[in-house]
Amino acid sequence: MLRRRPKPVDQPIDVRPTDDFDARAEFAAGVRAQLPILLGVTPFGLAYGAYAVKSGLSSALAQAMSSIVFGGASQFVAVRLIADGIPGAVIVLAVLLVNLRHMLYSASLAPHTDRLPARWRWLLAYLLTDEAYATAIVRYRRADASPHKHWFAFGSGLALWVCWQISTALGVIVGTAVPDSWSLDFALPLTFLAILMPQLRDRAAVGAATVAALVAVAGFRWPYATGLLTAMLLGMLAGVIIAHWSPPPIDTDAPDARGVAEPA
Amino acid sequence: MRLWLIIIAAGLATYGIRLSVLVFVHHSALPPPMRIALRFVTPAVLAAIILPAVVYTGGNGAFDLGAANPRVFAAIAAAVIAYATKSVWATIGAGMTVLWLLQWAL
Repeated sequence: MLRRRPKPVDQPIDVRPTDDFDARAEFAAGVRAQLPILLGVTPFGLAYGAYAVKSGLSSALAQAMSSIVFGGASQFVAVRLIADGIPGAVIVLAVLLVNLRHMLYSASLAPHTDRLPARWRWLLAYLLTDEAYATAIVRYRRADASPHKHWFAFGSGLALWVCWQISTALGVIVGTAVPDSWSLDFALPLTFLAILMPQLRDRAAVGAATVAALVAVAGFRWPYATGLLTAMLLGMLAGVIIAHWSPPPIDTDAPDARGVAEPA
Repeated sequence: MRLWLIIIAAGLATYGIRLSVLVFVHHSALPPPMRIALRFVTPAVLAAIILPAVVYTGGNGAFDLGAANPRVFAAIAAAVIAYATKSVWATIGAGMTVLWLLQWAL
């Protein structure tokens, strides 16, 4: 089912702005892809900012954490552990554990960013969150040969970053301005659902999603997002096992055979 | 000052994780089974974030997979719309509308 990936070309691709419009269009498309997610992220950022100052962090520290760590769930964990007076080394380890799944995003995106200059990979890594990964990987796997897909990833990552900084600041200053009864937090799983459904094209992807979803529910209360990490790993394992035992999908020869099939 | 050092260390740890394969270790150095497994990162993480957000009400609330949990029905409606339209905004529109209607009605 998997084709050998073409060897990376030694010469880096040209990312100078020779084709301004295409790069700009990709950037704008990346921002647009992130907008529906921002609907759910904004109340999350407000809640984080409010929670951080209520737990005794200074406004500056609460705000700085949003740009230094830039990882929602791990920031909540850090705030709680700081408030509980837990030793610093334990806090750092807890944050590391919560964000460990980002290594899988890093590995998943890496084949697509091979030929980018290092500064681009450092930049995209800084912006690499659940939300940025989910939007960027869909763009990268689309079969067209646009040389500017990294601008899409940058646009979607930057949109999330700006939203996270602003919603943190608002949360620090005015508190949780959005009532829970609006249920805006539900916009995030809904957006992910819209991204997920078209990907469930073969048995292996369905199996991976099913196992991951069930394990995530079972492990929802495990500390430091270890339930989520375990769910992802077991889901991936299920996908590999099913792919190994089921016939290859029809579009093996498509240029994008390496990934989950993607609508054009 | 101590708290600032903790946050900076936590930030560096997180950045290191994100940089890992993008910058530090080339992906071709990963063992082949792992590279196959990486195909399933996307469906696995999306599903693992979606389902708990549906069955644990309020994100951090109680497990609820019953007729009283409007999120279950909202998610089913949204999944149908997502499958039919492949549109993110249509999916959010359908899901939030069903959720709000049921919250108002129940």
